Amino acid sequence: MNSQNRERLRGLSVHLILMTGVVISVFPFYWIVVMATNTSQDIYRYPPKLWFGDNLLTNIQHLFDKMDFFGSLVNTVIVAVCTTVLVLFFDSLAAFAFAKYDFPAKKFLFGVLLSMYILPTQLAIIPQYEIMVQLGWLGTLQALIVPAAANAFGIFWMRQYTTTSVPDELLDAARIEGAGFIRLYWHVVLPCVRPALAFLGIYTFIAAWNDYILPLVMLVNPDRLTLQVALAQLYAGHSTDYSMVMSGVLLSVIPLVLVFTFFARGFIADATKGALR
Amino acid sequence: MSSSPVAGPAPTGPTSGSDTVTTGQPAPDRSRRPERRGPRIRPVPAGARRGPRPRAARYWPQYLAISPYYLIFSVFMLFPVIFTVYLAFQRWDGVGDMQFVGFQQFRFLWDDPVFWLSVRNTLVIWVLSTVPMLCLALVLAVLVNSTKRLTAFYRVALFIPSITSLVAIAIFFGAIFSNNFGLINAILRALHLSAVPWMSNEWTIKLVIAALMTWQWTGYNAIIYLAGLQAIPSELHEAARMDGAGPVRIFFSITIPLLRPIILFTVVISTVTGLQSFTEPQVLFGSEAATNPNSGGPGQAGLTTLLYFYHQAFDNNDFGYGAAIVWAFFLLILLIVVINWRLVQRKERRP
Repeated sequence: MNSQNRERLRGLSVHLILMTGVVISVFPFYWIVVMATNTSQDIYRYPPKLWFGDNLLTNIQHLFDKMDFFGSLVNTVIVAVCTTVLVLFFDSLAAFAFAKYDFPAKKFLFGVLLSMYILPTQLAIIPQYEIMVQLGWLGTLQALIVPAAANAFGIFWMRQYTTTSVPDELLDAARIEGAGFIRLYWHVVLPCVRPALAFLGIYTFIAAWNDYILPLVMLVNPDRLTLQVALAQLYAGHSTDYSMVMSGVLLSVIPLVLVFTFFARGFIADATKGALR
Repeated sequence: MSSSPVAGPAPTGPTSGSDTVTTGQPAPDRSRRPERRGPRIRPVPAGARRGPRPRAARYWPQYLAISPYYLIFSVFMLFPVIFTVYLAFQRWDGVGDMQFVGFQQFRFLWDDPVFWLSVRNTLVIWVLSTVPMLCLALVLAVLVNSTKRLTAFYRVALFIPSITSLVAIAIFFGAIFSNNFGLINAILRALHLSAVPWMSNEWTIKLVIAALMTWQWTGYNAIIYLAGLQAIPSELHEAARMDGAGPVRIFFSITIPLLRPIILFTVVISTVTGLQSFTEPQVLFGSEAATNPNSGGPGQAGLTTLLYFYHQAFDNNDFGYGAAIVWAFFLLILLIVVINWRLVQRKERRP
């Protein structure tokens, strides 16, 4: 009886500590909503307002006066969607070749792919900028999309999955029917690797959506920014009008977090798998 | 057969190529089987029609399939990285002619107090964030692992910060740590403590940036540790408990040693990402040019090396010096990773 109580107390304190962690994790989202729905005067007041207000629409109106929110949103969506589609296609195609074929120089090429993981993008960014100048792409969205259209991590991840979950028997059967490489890829491989594509897609989309340094360098035209760069500029110019800036933060962050929460369970399991491999 | 990794005509001769592929397989790897049949069905008749061809050529669909990555990688990564080395020995503003200056950029770097200040800032912020981050993550992981209820909820809630936009979170931290109107100072005032000028003191600036990084990555590392903990067989803990070991003893004698490879992984990842902090100070302290004595915040306390690099390269258009900074910095990261690796490895050998 006594030890049972002690056990229960121990369990309770574990949950208490974990709940504190959860509160710290999600508190910023709550506070962003509080700031975005009140006036700046309310935020500056002491004691500050701790609950949601009803000023959100006014704040958003101010936001739209100060920045081209929809333009930036459209640019961000274009970059994230195009990057994701290209990465999914190129990475899974390359992964199929690496997983199910043996061709000359394969090991060498795959080794190159693995060892290049470690190169940080910052080492390449000055010449990348110059390349974009030469191509005439500086300030355009393809300056962000094209360099990100295929990556080593995705190929590695998809290859692991393709190797284990696309049955060779199925490939052989399709081959006897006369299917070539592309038809095998489209009709046999793609349906089998959908779960792995889902993880890679979400991962790529989030990374492209949140990317900051590359858009900051490449998007030199102030009329054509992604959300992250536009928000940072808005903050730099109007750092005291919290409620207005926070309504922009709210609009740019909350949709992504909600969508993520929806897919979260499978995604987190895959993310740890990818990390521990 | 894979011992001749050079693309192009194989020395074995084109006609015998398909035979060596089938018979020369050292391991009965399942993944190789389709390849054995593929060439047999398609390219052989084609080869008969057009005469002998190099072996590599019949794999053109595979080479085509992997080519986008190598094309993009060569143009946007490999060439630029090599070109950055070249640039570090030039003086160039990006528009005019390059001028070879030898080691002058590196000599200037060596004597540049701002560069060393930025390195010190980066290291301090990295230590202030990584140490609490990884310790807290380990505690959280052990706690989640010790309970059966709500684990799915904890995992999602702890993971969310790591997918949140860094710009948004930097703006948020800027707001709550604001000197005059921030939530943190309001709380301090409610507790009858004096307000702290977070954004103007050399140490609190670093503390705020480190707190931001800790907030963002603690949960992610906890989830990674959790996966490692779940791989430890529970019999081990049972046996230790039977032998009379308390939870603390079990933690240090069983959990930590078995988790060491994963701890090593997280240490390396947080070193590489932690040393590359850029967005946090860039968003928090505006984008003043390098000539501004306050770039990176009052007293340049938040000027990290990457931010200094960005200013030199893209605000001052000093591409040669920027290239020297970023290469020196890359070597520094590599050195720190190797030192870390050695430290954790050596501890591993000790029982």
